[in-house]
Amino acid sequence: MKIAVFGATSAIAQAACRIWAGRGAEFLLAGRSADRLEAVKGDLTVHGAQTVVVCCCDLSDTSRHAEIIEQGERAIGPFDLVLIAYGTLPDQALAETDFLQAQNAINTNFLSVVSLLTELAKRMETRHSGTLAVISSVAGDRGRQSNYVYGAAKGGLSIYLAGLRNRLFHKGVKVLTIKPGFVDTPMTAAIKKGPLFVKPAVLGAGIVRAVDRGSDVAYLPWFWMPIMWIIRSIPEGVFKRMRL
Amino acid sequence: MDDYQSWGRYPQVTQSVLGFNWRGDKLPTLSGKSILAQGFCRSYGDSCLNENNVVLSTRALDRMIAFDPASGVLRCESGVSLEQILNLAVPQGWFLPVTPGTKFVSVGGAIANDVHGKNHHRAGTFGRHVRAFELLRSDGSRRVCSERSDGGLYAATIGGLGLTGVITWAEIQLRPILNPFIEMESIKFRSLEEFFQISADSDRNFEYTVAWLDCVSSGSAFGRGIFMRGNHSRSENDKTRKIPGRQKLVVPLDFPAWALNRLSVKAFNTLYYGKQVAREKKSSVYYDPFFYPLDAVLQWNRIYGKNGLVQFQCVVPVQGGHQAIREILATIVASGQASFLAVLKEFGAISSPGILSFPRPGVTLCLDFAMRGERTLALLQRLDQMVAQAGGAMYPAKDALMRAENFKSYYPRWAEFAEYVDSQISSSFWRRVSR
Repeated sequence: MKIAVFGATSAIAQAACRIWAGRGAEFLLAGRSADRLEAVKGDLTVHGAQTVVVCCCDLSDTSRHAEIIEQGERAIGPFDLVLIAYGTLPDQALAETDFLQAQNAINTNFLSVVSLLTELAKRMETRHSGTLAVISSVAGDRGRQSNYVYGAAKGGLSIYLAGLRNRLFHKGVKVLTIKPGFVDTPMTAAIKKGPLFVKPAVLGAGIVRAVDRGSDVAYLPWFWMPIMWIIRSIPEGVFKRMRL
Repeated sequence: MDDYQSWGRYPQVTQSVLGFNWRGDKLPTLSGKSILAQGFCRSYGDSCLNENNVVLSTRALDRMIAFDPASGVLRCESGVSLEQILNLAVPQGWFLPVTPGTKFVSVGGAIANDVHGKNHHRAGTFGRHVRAFELLRSDGSRRVCSERSDGGLYAATIGGLGLTGVITWAEIQLRPILNPFIEMESIKFRSLEEFFQISADSDRNFEYTVAWLDCVSSGSAFGRGIFMRGNHSRSENDKTRKIPGRQKLVVPLDFPAWALNRLSVKAFNTLYYGKQVAREKKSSVYYDPFFYPLDAVLQWNRIYGKNGLVQFQCVVPVQGGHQAIREILATIVASGQASFLAVLKEFGAISSPGILSFPRPGVTLCLDFAMRGERTLALLQRLDQMVAQAGGAMYPAKDALMRAENFKSYYPRWAEFAEYVDSQISSSFWRRVSR
């Protein structure tokens, strides 16, 4: 299996890739830091990856996306699976008063992903095969005062993915929306951990399972599905009074 | 629950936690605060804690770097767990050269505590099998240490309790196996004399030896237990044998304090001793339940309730008789405070490169006490004195109480070790014993 991973140094992506490596997958790893990509490459190679090609790039620069994908497919062959795993958690308080903060969060978490997906979808559509697995978030299911800038970016992404899935279904291409809850990763290092936090390895296994099953939307771990169902069901008149 | 306290949950401290996630990263610079690398917090007392200061968690530093299936040499980051190594190496015919009683420890922790296992009489400590490692010091330097290069720092870091720098990666020599099964025998013994006799007989022919000891019963049952010994299976048939699945239990919450009492512990010990009817029993088992019986119960420390437990592990010399270990055991039995997890083993004579390494020739006894305040502390202080008088030593990884003066007699080279301690690194344990 030929797998491209955008944001390959994310803790969740590493956990999923380790499992795919054990199955002898071939990888294109894209990320910002050359040192870190090399560390991930070494780990996946020991775990059984056939080939690992790294691509050091800034994914917020959308002008290079087409070129990166073109070169990646030339290096390892047409992608069977793409995992988009990068993201940034903005400081909500800062983003409320500083538009640049909000803009950065929306650019990285939403617009740059749309750019990648546009290019990838074109290619997979003509091949009539492939899976696009994209990490969104439970935060995108409803806007909450504590996290709505990040939530809006991820919510936009989830809607985009639903539409893309609808379009590509007829072309034999799968689109998987991954909605993690709280994960104990470097991105959430500053947050106090409660009982709902899980390790990246749990998420990684969940992603691999969802891809294997050909799922459309995967809440990870599963218990976030009923939790978010309840949160979405609260009438707005009540919801706006709550402190969430 | 705070995930960064020690396994015994005594003492519990306030400290800040930072992640050390990539081996190329620099150490954080903190004004006026010391740091301490911390893995999975399986040390029982305060050697993995840094009260009012900072711990640097290496749990995301869990990547493999290189593995040669022909030679069995593995290089990995220091936050890799022994479980990860087994999952990678066992299917390729390699096993840990030395393993403690849990596989949920990091490679960095295994080096820092120079851990030992059931094969100490054959293989020595974990540190003997560490070919090299990289140490990141607070001055920003990176030192690749081995016996040949930077040998002083190498010897100080093995068993050095994380105080000499942050280990970023290590290279370990694994040992070959034919299959993942262990041929084991268990033999009941009725006294300490019988234990020493079986132990002496077994060390020649068995790679792994250990005994469970009843620390509750007195009178004619004093010193009884079950001796377990085993070897890696050499059977060709075991190569294709089915690996048994294993259900994991989780202790979901703290047990109330009364759950463990004299009666329940006594009942456990009597049942455990009595469950094996025949004096000798032979079986062939998968390596996991043989080495890691307690790993099947995740978070078993919660059985001891929210006050936690204190563990005690000592080694005392046996040349010139078994009087010291007999007196220590008698004191424990008389206290009525022991619980069900007591282990007895004879260490061999193979020395470790580590300056501060714990294992040395003699017999080692290891057991838990539920933390019941003053009377538990008083008992442990008394045991500490007995060990010191016997010319033995206590194990820092299991300790929350040893006196500074006793530490210095257990580890006479401590001043030499102290020369290698990094000026920005410290731990609660080190501040307590180096006073």
